[in-house]
Amino acid sequence: MNWITKLYYQAHRVWKALSVYLIIAGPGLVVMVADNDAGGITTYAATGAKYGYSLIWFLVILGPVAYYVQEMTVRLGAVTKRGHAEAIFDGFGSFWGWFSLLDLILVDWLTLVTEFIGMTAALRIFGVPGWVTVAAVCGLMGFMVVNGRYWTWEKVALIFCAVNLIYIPGAFIVHPSVHDVIGQGLIPHFQGGFNGQMFFFLMANIGTTIAPWMLFFQQSSVVDKGLKEKDIIFGKIDTIIGAVATVLVAVFIVIVTGTVLPGIDIDDAAEASKMIMQTHHYAGEFMAIGLFDAGLLGAICISLASSWAFGEIFGWAHSLNNKIKEAPWFYLNYFITLISAGAVVLIPGAPLVLITLFVQVIAVTLLPAALVFLILLLNDKKTMGEYANTRTQNIINGGIVAIIIALSTLYGISTLFPSMFG
Amino acid sequence: MSLGHAIQAMISRNADKVRAINRRYANPRLVMSPAVRVSLLCLRFYLLFLVGLLFYKFITLVIH
Repeated sequence: MNWITKLYYQAHRVWKALSVYLIIAGPGLVVMVADNDAGGITTYAATGAKYGYSLIWFLVILGPVAYYVQEMTVRLGAVTKRGHAEAIFDGFGSFWGWFSLLDLILVDWLTLVTEFIGMTAALRIFGVPGWVTVAAVCGLMGFMVVNGRYWTWEKVALIFCAVNLIYIPGAFIVHPSVHDVIGQGLIPHFQGGFNGQMFFFLMANIGTTIAPWMLFFQQSSVVDKGLKEKDIIFGKIDTIIGAVATVLVAVFIVIVTGTVLPGIDIDDAAEASKMIMQTHHYAGEFMAIGLFDAGLLGAICISLASSWAFGEIFGWAHSLNNKIKEAPWFYLNYFITLISAGAVVLIPGAPLVLITLFVQVIAVTLLPAALVFLILLLNDKKTMGEYANTRTQNIINGGIVAIIIALSTLYGISTLFPSMFG
Repeated sequence: MSLGHAIQAMISRNADKVRAINRRYANPRLVMSPAVRVSLLCLRFYLLFLVGLLFYKFITLVIH
């Protein structure tokens, strides 16, 4: 009888922990899946088409990298109850604060434009005009925030995260050789040798793994959700699950393009979708739906990251739990960012390619600063107490941050000087 | 109130707000240990380097 009691007790404990997790889950999962935004999908599709399955191992490594960086924002947000923008102002003074805030607003807005480029291109495949896509997306995103509850917003965002997994059935449709995927993909090697072009692709994949808005978004999201120190463990689990999901999606995109379009140079994911549709109709359609969903998820998170940051610094009410009347500036900022970015895509002859390239350059002016501030803030034992970085965490996180800074900077520079890596 | 006055009032209000923010965060709360100082100095050099590169790119684009 004793073992039945013990089993019941264990099951009850697991169920209780799972229930708490399900309440707390959200910020980590959303930010990680949204990391595979329209730009990310294009990068993975191009990587698979160019190098087949041979760089899957590299994408797998990027999962823990993303986790270690984002996990720090969970601790910082839960302990300080402050968003990243406010934490920088408070910790480093107004010069670095304004630099980070204004840079974030610029890079977020430019990235948002690229999300709209991805979404309009994806739905154009199904015959939907660009203006309909922009209007529908703005309407949907407006609906998500105006009901005045963080919980509702997050659950809708989680549904879109689930749609992002559409690449997995897409990969099964094209019948990849499992033997080849494992044999070529999971053994670290550089197909065709390590050259300039390979280096460019590695940098591009790292560049899409950690973006500045992700740090600001997850920390603000943790604060808005009201996570406390005791919830940090669940926030970490949430981030781990998100990291696994983001790697899975990236790997399956590489499998799709690596199977159907091996050795082909592609410039954007919409173009890849059309090419895949010629031989595997549904896989191509899934690719296009996934691209739209990725752009939408990116847009959902990025527009909020800016509004939260502005609200934190200007002292406006800035929670999704506030109604429009209670937080007019927060929502005004949100809608202006959203609608203006959508409108740019509709301007005939707008320099969309230039904007896409410019995002990479501007991002590298903010990302290193945001990462360095994150490490320094996590070492502030007076504020962080037992949640400050340990020596091991500092070695791991410091190493990751140094590598990300170096490679993302080289990626930004290579965007400015395309002939740099051959 | 005319539109011009309204805009002027809004700008003035926001300028006051920015000044208040600058006053509030005038002194960084983080202890400026040697590690923090070196990190911030490196960041300044890094940004100067990037701005220099952007400027160089702009000049070469204009010349060619």
